[in-house]
Amino acid sequence: MSNTISYISPVGMLGGGFTESYFNDAVARHRVDFIAVDSGSTDGGANNLGADLPFNSREAIKRDLQILVRTARRHRIPLLVGSCGGSGGNYNLGWVHQIVQEIAAEDSLDFRTALIPAEVDRDVLVEKYRAGRIRALKHAPQISESTLRETRRIVAMMGAEPIIAALEGGADVVLAGRSSDAALFAAIPLMRGLPAGLAWHAAKIMECGGAAVAQMTKPEGMVCTLTEEYFELEPVSPDQSCTPVSVASHALYETANPLVMLEPGGAMHLEDVTYEAVDGRRVRVRGSRFEEQAYTVKLEGAALVGYRSQVFGGITDPAILRDFDAWFEQAKAGALHAAVRTYGQETVDSCSIAYRVYGRNAVMPARPAGIGNDHEVAVLLLVTAPSQELAHAIAYQTGHTMHHFPVPRWHGLVSNLAFPVTPHVTDLGPAYSFVLNHVVELEDPLELFRINYSAEYQEA
Amino acid sequence: MAALGDLAQLIRSKNAGPWTLTVDIMFADAQTFEQVVASGAVTPATVGPLLGVDPDVIDIFNYAPANAIKFSFPRRYPNGHPEDTDAFGGQQFAPLVDLEIPSPNTEPRQPAAAGTLR
Repeated sequence: MSNTISYISPVGMLGGGFTESYFNDAVARHRVDFIAVDSGSTDGGANNLGADLPFNSREAIKRDLQILVRTARRHRIPLLVGSCGGSGGNYNLGWVHQIVQEIAAEDSLDFRTALIPAEVDRDVLVEKYRAGRIRALKHAPQISESTLRETRRIVAMMGAEPIIAALEGGADVVLAGRSSDAALFAAIPLMRGLPAGLAWHAAKIMECGGAAVAQMTKPEGMVCTLTEEYFELEPVSPDQSCTPVSVASHALYETANPLVMLEPGGAMHLEDVTYEAVDGRRVRVRGSRFEEQAYTVKLEGAALVGYRSQVFGGITDPAILRDFDAWFEQAKAGALHAAVRTYGQETVDSCSIAYRVYGRNAVMPARPAGIGNDHEVAVLLLVTAPSQELAHAIAYQTGHTMHHFPVPRWHGLVSNLAFPVTPHVTDLGPAYSFVLNHVVELEDPLELFRINYSAEYQEA
Repeated sequence: MAALGDLAQLIRSKNAGPWTLTVDIMFADAQTFEQVVASGAVTPATVGPLLGVDPDVIDIFNYAPANAIKFSFPRRYPNGHPEDTDAFGGQQFAPLVDLEIPSPNTEPRQPAAAGTLR
């Protein structure tokens, strides 16, 4: 038989959940060579990386991992988990590892785990920067040496090579820190010498689990069979199907360019790809290319911006809404004035006070329908300050002022904001922002990534 | 004339990484896709002002394999930044729903297609 490989992606994001029986049936029916699952996303903003916050609950991660670890060990096939814990930072990687160890102990499973941290040594980064080997991507912000020194967390998005190295080092389970979603799924096919274009393109689709099906009523996984000539996709769920358009459409999802996608070591080119229905559920893909380039990995950095507090209140007084903008401008000025009077100009200048105005029928849900949608707004007041205490203080002061800010139509003390939550000043904790959209050129794909091995369970 | 929201089967927006927003306008069939592309009504110059984005920084792709028009542009702030208003970028397509697309009967190249549109 020619070089062929099958693999399964149970779900687009670890902890998202999938049907165990469908998954196990697909693993057995396709005799898959490995299981891989992505665990990361930047959609939640930089806080996940900056503040060491996992995306999903421990319970949800453990439930999915339990099924995956048991199945992988039963069939003696590798399990690969990418961007562990959401951000792929070191804390989140350790957090996932602890869950894996717990599963190993509970099930008396003996295996070898590889951990590949993705946080980068700052001296190495500064050296790269000085050597001109950190390059800005499109829409990148300005950076300096101090960005690389002072940013709270910086991870590098690893390519396929560290994952391959971990497998060559005898790993049964690979837990990767921040990794290119596609690299995780491309690693073993590349290791087995399958065509890079097909391996990468298939991986780019597979990292989203079953997202490329025609109708994703509930998330289930996908099986990919990759040969020298083509790759073929089949949904894990017997109730779901792929069509040429559903698979082709996936090249649009969360990508800036549907035809060319940059990865560590090169770019996927999808200009000549054909999508062909094998039957009502399976689609065969050909013609994907991979063009090698200088080896780079992308950097992600989360910097502390400040601490935040918010006040959220609804307004439905027609006297305010009739000329809302004029009133609101005055109320904002009044709120700022009150804050400056109490805390001083310099302190207030160290904060950002931002307002957003929302609205649709939340203040009086029992009001009869049919009155229109213009009878309320909600004001979200967001304060970002150098400390949580100050953010709270400024949010309280400005919110209080706006709450009682005069309405020209009325004479006397008014209370303008309907607070749905108490206490009405909510502290949001530290706020982080992404500060890097850069790649770093590497001499060796492994140079930033050290692999640690851990023997799980192992009875004495 | 027909609204883009009536011709498309899906108009959506999403982050493409923390620094880029992308909008996908997907059509049920090649004919509608080609008609909208041929109308010239969906270009950086037409969508830029609707979105408040400089047309020069908008990349547009007419992607036939999925009968889709895609365009991508830089975010004002990276997602999750305190000044950002939409962390996943999922609601940034709204001004395009009512964009008027001229009917193909004003397009000399495809006069026959007019009757198939609703």
